Amino acid sequence: MSANAVPMSQWPSDHRYTIPVAGDQDMVTVTIDDKVVQVPRGQLLIAAAQEHGTYIPRFCWHERMKPVGMCRMCLVEVEGMRGLQISCATPVVDGMVVRTESAPVKAAQDGVLEMLLINHPLDCPVCDRGGECPLQDQTLAFGPGESRYVEEKRHFAKPIPISDLVMLDRERCIQCGRCTRFAAEIAGDALIDFGGRGGHTEVITYPDEPFSSYFSGNTVQICPVGALTAKPYRFRARPWDLDSVETSCQACAVGCRGALDSTSNRLVRLLGVDSEPVNHGWLCDKGRYGYEWVHSEARVRAPGLRRGMELEVTSWPQALDAAAAALRRVRDEHGPGAIGVLGGARGTNEDAYAWARFAKGVLRTDNVDAQLADGLPADVVLGMPRATIADLDRARAIVLLGPDLKEELPVLALRVRRAAVDLGVPLIDVAARDHGLTSSAAHVIRHAPGVVQEAVDQVASIIDGITGDGPVVVVLGRPSVAEPAAATIHAASQLAKSHGARFLSALRRGNVHGALDLGLAPGFLPGRVSLDAGRDHLSATWGGTPDATGFDATGILRAAANGTIKALVLVGCDLLTDFPDRALAREALSAVERVVCVGAFPDDSAERADVFLPTGVWGEQAGTTTNLEGRVSVLRRKITPEGRTMEGWRIAAELAARLGSDWDLETVEEVQDEIAQAAPAFAGVDAALLRRARDGVVLPLADHLDEVTFVPATPGAGVSWEPLRPAADEVGNGEVAAPPAPAVALHTWSMEAPAPAAAPRDSYALRVIAARTLYGNDRVTSESPSLARLATSDARLLVSARDRDRIGVEDGTVVRVTSPRASVELPIHVDRSTPEGFAFLATNRDGAGASDLIDLDAPVTDVRVETLS
Amino acid sequence: MAAQETRVVTKFLRERTDDSWTFDAARTHNKAYSALEKAMGMEPAALIDEVTKSGLRGRGGAGFGTGQKWSFLPKDVFPRYLAVNADEGEPATFKDHMLIEKDPHQIVEGSIITSYAIQAHHAFIYLRGEFALGADRLQAAVDDAYANGFLGKNILGSGYDLDLIVHRGAGCYIAGDETGLLSSLEGERAMPRIKPPFPAVQGLYAAPTIVNNVETMSTVPHIVREGGEWYAGMGVNKSTGTRIFSVSGNVERPGNYEIELGVTFRELIDDLAGGVSGGKKLGFFIPGGASSPWLRAEHLDEPLDMDRAAELGTMLGSGAIMVFDETIDPVLVAWRIAKFFAHESCGKCTPCREGSGWLEKVLYRMANGLGRPDDLDLLMGFGNTISPGVTWPPGMTTICQLGPSTMSPTLSLNKYWGEEIRARLAKDADRRTTLQVASA
Ligand SMILES: Cc1cc2nc3c(=O)[nH]c(=O)nc-3n(C[C@H](O)[C@H](O)[C@H](O)COP(=O)(O)O)c2cc1C
Ligand code: SF4
Ligand code: SF4
Ligand code: FES
Repeated sequence: MSANAVPMSQWPSDHRYTIPVAGDQDMVTVTIDDKVVQVPRGQLLIAAAQEHGTYIPRFCWHERMKPVGMCRMCLVEVEGMRGLQISCATPVVDGMVVRTESAPVKAAQDGVLEMLLINHPLDCPVCDRGGECPLQDQTLAFGPGESRYVEEKRHFAKPIPISDLVMLDRERCIQCGRCTRFAAEIAGDALIDFGGRGGHTEVITYPDEPFSSYFSGNTVQICPVGALTAKPYRFRARPWDLDSVETSCQACAVGCRGALDSTSNRLVRLLGVDSEPVNHGWLCDKGRYGYEWVHSEARVRAPGLRRGMELEVTSWPQALDAAAAALRRVRDEHGPGAIGVLGGARGTNEDAYAWARFAKGVLRTDNVDAQLADGLPADVVLGMPRATIADLDRARAIVLLGPDLKEELPVLALRVRRAAVDLGVPLIDVAARDHGLTSSAAHVIRHAPGVVQEAVDQVASIIDGITGDGPVVVVLGRPSVAEPAAATIHAASQLAKSHGARFLSALRRGNVHGALDLGLAPGFLPGRVSLDAGRDHLSATWGGTPDATGFDATGILRAAANGTIKALVLVGCDLLTDFPDRALAREALSAVERVVCVGAFPDDSAERADVFLPTGVWGEQAGTTTNLEGRVSVLRRKITPEGRTMEGWRIAAELAARLGSDWDLETVEEVQDEIAQAAPAFAGVDAALLRRARDGVVLPLADHLDEVTFVPATPGAGVSWEPLRPAADEVGNGEVAAPPAPAVALHTWSMEAPAPAAAPRDSYALRVIAARTLYGNDRVTSESPSLARLATSDARLLVSARDRDRIGVEDGTVVRVTSPRASVELPIHVDRSTPEGFAFLATNRDGAGASDLIDLDAPVTDVRVETLS
Repeated sequence: MAAQETRVVTKFLRERTDDSWTFDAARTHNKAYSALEKAMGMEPAALIDEVTKSGLRGRGGAGFGTGQKWSFLPKDVFPRYLAVNADEGEPATFKDHMLIEKDPHQIVEGSIITSYAIQAHHAFIYLRGEFALGADRLQAAVDDAYANGFLGKNILGSGYDLDLIVHRGAGCYIAGDETGLLSSLEGERAMPRIKPPFPAVQGLYAAPTIVNNVETMSTVPHIVREGGEWYAGMGVNKSTGTRIFSVSGNVERPGNYEIELGVTFRELIDDLAGGVSGGKKLGFFIPGGASSPWLRAEHLDEPLDMDRAAELGTMLGSGAIMVFDETIDPVLVAWRIAKFFAHESCGKCTPCREGSGWLEKVLYRMANGLGRPDDLDLLMGFGNTISPGVTWPPGMTTICQLGPSTMSPTLSLNKYWGEEIRARLAKDADRRTTLQVASA
């Protein structure tokens, strides 16, 4: 054992594969190629060298994964140690003297590259990686320049599909183990591994089990050669023709940072960017390949006006005039309260603000809701004590009190898994059924839907037994839309009171948090202030606000159904598929007099539209978005929209102007500056600051200023196989003046949440759990051809084997499922995650299903199951 | 006087050939478990001292001091494990095979004593999967040990508990490397791991683990019974005691011979193994398994001493001595060994994974009259990537020793027959040109 090597067991665990934060621990002095530098003790040599400007070539090492030492490309000389050392697995110790360019190191680099190339095929001309290939690049920089190999190369059938999304070319593979380690260590689904030995070593899947991971695309990104390619991108572009911007993904509310590439005005690729506080460089496959929907043929790309049965293409002025006229008439005849505005959780913050201003400042209605009865009350989300994603890493305990994160917020599930598995944070899983994180949980607590008191008591006593000074972080969302949120909120309030729990919202829609923050909720105004508290402040900019608190989505639809609400503005939402109670949605839509649709697709609700106003979407529109921790980050425009769509906020501004309110907003930056000034929680978050904050800013800025990292104005994408991370600005944080305090006190949640009465069990019925799965009938999936293939489109009733046996049918048999609300026919299937007495229904499926059975007035959804005669 | 065997670990199995593996025979006639009885009365630290005093060095290949290895265990870190390496995969090595089939109780007893000395409560014997008879006998021995109170709870009333598990491997050479073995035992592919951490610090399930060879384990009871000093009194220099050598190839009487270290190669090959067969002259011999560089007639009078072997640029390795007569083409032997390594490289390290196959392809050409004039230089050239300097003890660019071992045959070819082979390659190339011209 060499004297100055530190055994891995003694490495600080969090330094094993992440870059330690400078200043947080002891620094030691290391000499790298005669340069004397200070680095954190225990940091891996390869990372330490890189931070100080010395790039040591590598293939297998990835800073977010444990070192494996396979490729042997990173060999360096360390004084006092015999032979060459792999810098990717050697932690620095004080006084270490390292040479990365000596003759023995050069010889080793030449040699390893020669070896890597002897069996590597000459595919570069037709390889997706050609031109941005680490093997090419490092051969040029560190390689021998010629080969002595004259034998036959290794051959494999190629390429072979290993999943619906990923192709494997075993000839190109350099056996670095990045993909296999990602699958096992990061994603936790080890569906790929190595098979064979020696030169015949190959990446394999298990028999009859494809690499059907929600995270498979990450392996393509981090593969250092073109061995793994993504079907959506294969042969679509040459890298040097790509043009790239950094943006945030909006497929869900995690808001992963990504580099969005286009060529010839078409989006062709999204790569994960390593944002320490958010996504560590990972994306889920839905986010990664979901850009395809932007180019869907089904999109509406010109305004439409109803003439008889048809929506006819029209001009923008005509469409806007018609929409404004319809809304004005309803307002003038029936008052502002006769108008409801639903949706807005999928656009930009600027869109959300503009719709809030339009609805509340111009129309003066407070019947506004961005959530569709599938989330949590705005009162809770806007006012609860918040946690950040990074708080998970240092939490005393993490409590899951929401949906299956792997299905709804996949990359958050990775972060929770990492905290639990790698960092040892106790994970307490409170749910009605098993899910994607159950296997990582230290404590699994099961409860019946709607019945949580006992579970909360158990959680409390578990937390009492855990020492540590980090916060208790509760991931809070809606575990099921088949019952109201009350039980979950009650549980949350108890943990907040008893253990000072902080909350990470698990609401799903891309910008639902931005929409709520910017006032698209009843009783609230932009900037996390209640209608009453913010009235004066907002009126100063807007000229007025609603007189009374309005309804939430359910209330709006009920009012529409009974004729009190006469006009609906639907902003990027399809009530007939998104709303959990389809009968109510249908009733409301048929009863209202006027429907104005603002959106991208001619969905089912648009059949009722009098006017259709087509918006630009993600990738076409600049602005900002807010993720589930309240982080505002920049969205960039990558392509010019085809056809005649308009940015959402501009549509709102145009409508406002037609109703006599000229906002004088010309650019998205002007909207941002108005938000910073008008919306209290956004104090200080103006366009100038947003441009410079690398990982965005968490609201309110005053509480999170020291977490902001500043970058030069134009971030570049760099190469994709290593964590993309734009360099931090030299200027640092000192430059920024302390942000102004919010002009109005921000809303806080009272934490008063009574326990709902327990619904009696009917022993002949199954209690329904209804939630989403990652791939379903949502537009991102169904309009992205690569993802549409992965979706199960048919609705199924999932039950335990015992319940299926009791009903006495085979798997797949169609049965009659009857709730007090309706009766539908569904195939029944056994599912190991669902306990006896319950039934799981995915909500995002076509045809009859969950939303027909659910009655929002009922405390739970119980169904009886009968065989068809 | 002709050299003799000095039988310690093989004494009983040689004497009682009909039933040496049974509990009754071993207990009655070989005092099996009497060393354990003695050990249980000793402090664990005293046992480690005794083994250290004996000078016993690992018989698996690396020859590391056994007591010294045990003393590397970090203080107060538990649980700890013992993994007995019974994977015997080194070509031409068949000593462990014999010990496993003929005297399993000796291994079990040594393993229990060792576990007690290192305070492990779980021990594993990782058995080469192909040893079917051995698996049966070893398992039977373990069962008997349990039945007689030598394994399980409260062994011999001492309060010490131990479970011993016999695990059959799935058949690959690299599972014999200690960290490959641990990976395999954990249910992973047998791929060696980066060191440090060494197994003694972080081994099986990331707990401190001692890996020892079957022969090493078989020696432990004798040291406990007779004392470390007694053992250290045998052998030569720092190679104390006796060792079993598997002699094979062109000799009259191939087989396992247990000798006191210090005996010369000539005595072992001529006196014990009956000399080169058919009265032929010795060509060369491989002193320590396929991984070791070769020796020739001029080395016959060298003693079997691990440190002397290192001075000669080779090793006693796994104790497998392969003898080749003067008619055998060394290039063909080099190719066959290269083929073995190319097949058995685990595929982890680039130089070994790619280089082993490259070596095999070039040596195949060379052995079959299809060599190119520069082929030997080519091998020595790219061999530098696998093992910088191409010498022994080897320079390393790889995780485990298999990498540089692939170069041992080539470095031997170059050292002893360099000029000859270069001339032969040139001739082969000429002949091919002539043939091409003739057929044109
Ligand atoms: C490629 C390779 C194969 C090995 N195979 C074996 C083997 O089959 N049996 C064995 O006992 N040791 C083998 N070893 C040595 C072990 O790594 C380890 O040193 C030994 O088991 C330790 O036991 P000892 O100290 O009692 O010798 C091998 C080493 C390498 C690098
Ligand atoms: S497929 Fe790519 S990432 Fe996976 S081992 Fe091969 S080269 Fe590495
Ligand atoms: S040297 Fe060869 S056998 Fe050893 S770990 Fe590396 S690739 Fe595997
Ligand atoms: S980068 Fe260090 S061995 Fe691959």
